[in-house]
Amino acid sequence: MLELLAFGPAGWGDEMLRGAATTIAVAVAAFSLGLIFGSLGAWAKLSANRPAVWAAEIYTTVARGVPELLVIYLLFFGGGAAATAFGRLFGYDGFVEIDAFTIGAIAVGLISGAYSTEVIRGAARAVPKGQLEAARACGMSPLLAFRRVMVPQTLRYALPGLGNVWQLTLKDTALVSVTALAEIMRMANVAANSTRQPFIFYMAAMLLYLALSTGSSFLFERAERRSLRGVRRAAA
Amino acid sequence: MNWELMWDSLPKLLGGVPLTLQLTGLSLAVGVLIAAVAAAARLSDNLLFRSAAWSYVFIFRGTPLLVQIFLIYYGLGQFDAVRQSFLWPVLREAYWCAVLALALNTGAYASEIFRGAVLSVPHGQVEAARACGMSRWLAFRRIVAPQALRQALPAYGNEVVLMVKASSLASTVTLLEITGVARRLISQTYAVFEIFIVAGLIYLALNTLAAVAVRWCEKRLATA
Repeated sequence: MLELLAFGPAGWGDEMLRGAATTIAVAVAAFSLGLIFGSLGAWAKLSANRPAVWAAEIYTTVARGVPELLVIYLLFFGGGAAATAFGRLFGYDGFVEIDAFTIGAIAVGLISGAYSTEVIRGAARAVPKGQLEAARACGMSPLLAFRRVMVPQTLRYALPGLGNVWQLTLKDTALVSVTALAEIMRMANVAANSTRQPFIFYMAAMLLYLALSTGSSFLFERAERRSLRGVRRAAA
Repeated sequence: MNWELMWDSLPKLLGGVPLTLQLTGLSLAVGVLIAAVAAAARLSDNLLFRSAAWSYVFIFRGTPLLVQIFLIYYGLGQFDAVRQSFLWPVLREAYWCAVLALALNTGAYASEIFRGAVLSVPHGQVEAARACGMSRWLAFRRIVAPQALRQALPAYGNEVVLMVKASSLASTVTLLEITGVARRLISQTYAVFEIFIVAGLIYLALNTLAAVAVRWCEKRLATA
């Protein structure tokens, strides 16, 4: 049975590994997009601007309360139409087609961003206000104080939570297989259908995901340790 | 925006609600039992139990639910041993495979919640209970369990909402719960946004109900 996972034209090993590479690419793209959405969302939620607060609140409620699969269907079936309508606003009359990778990255990124919003908001609020006031009193411009005092500390507080968001995002990319993007699950489906040996391929997919999530949690742990260098703990 | 179409799709999508509720409710019920056993095993002194429970939690939390569902529904059916066994009438049905996968998945997450909650009860209280002459089981039932329950409830409430959402994956194995119905309506009408909005609102309503119910329980269990 294991010869099915061989490399080369006879087995599906190389196809599965290529699927894993696509999974990583989608997950990284979605997570990065999510960080952008999350920063904007956190900024909006912490702002004094009522409409911005409401918009961010609606965004996180919907993206966290509606099943991921439904969001992916929305973008998969509706993304092209929305982009075409958007293009028409700018006088472009043709049909705009979006590829499966972009759709998947945006869909999963929107979900990832909603969770990141909460993490980043909490981290930003953990930075003592007095530090910003002190920075201003030292003569830093608001932007400089934001860059030097706010951002580095927010990042440090947010890192553990963002690690969790990354794990969620990585697992959510499996759902993008419904758009036929050739990531791990899609490759496993194709292989399972053409060989009629679903067990071994879904097992292989499971092990690949396990390897990815374990490997990345190790990386996040290292990053966390590095971000805490020079921080004195209360105990020890 | 086609309001008429949205209005027409509402009863069809609501038709998927009972199945969503069944899948969520059944898998949560089975999942709680699995979680209790797994949490007990992880807290036990027996190395074998501990490592078995650890592996279970590690595998089910580290892989996507979709793989778990496909592995159970498509994967197990390929073996003659499974097809001939007494389990086949259950594993043949997409419904029970989905419930099984969802239950195993939530069991892994919930076991971590329960374990953390039990560990949060100060050990001195258990020692005091034992010193008063309570048996280990009595001390667990009277001292540890009530406090752990209160501790676990908020996190478990999140897990309930996650399960309502996770039940949507049952649509990938042919079940027509809310997302399955939505998917079918979308391919029939091409009214993607309208269907998404109606289906999304149904899910938001279900999740709000679940959150309110959990908060009510929290309030009832809160120390006066």
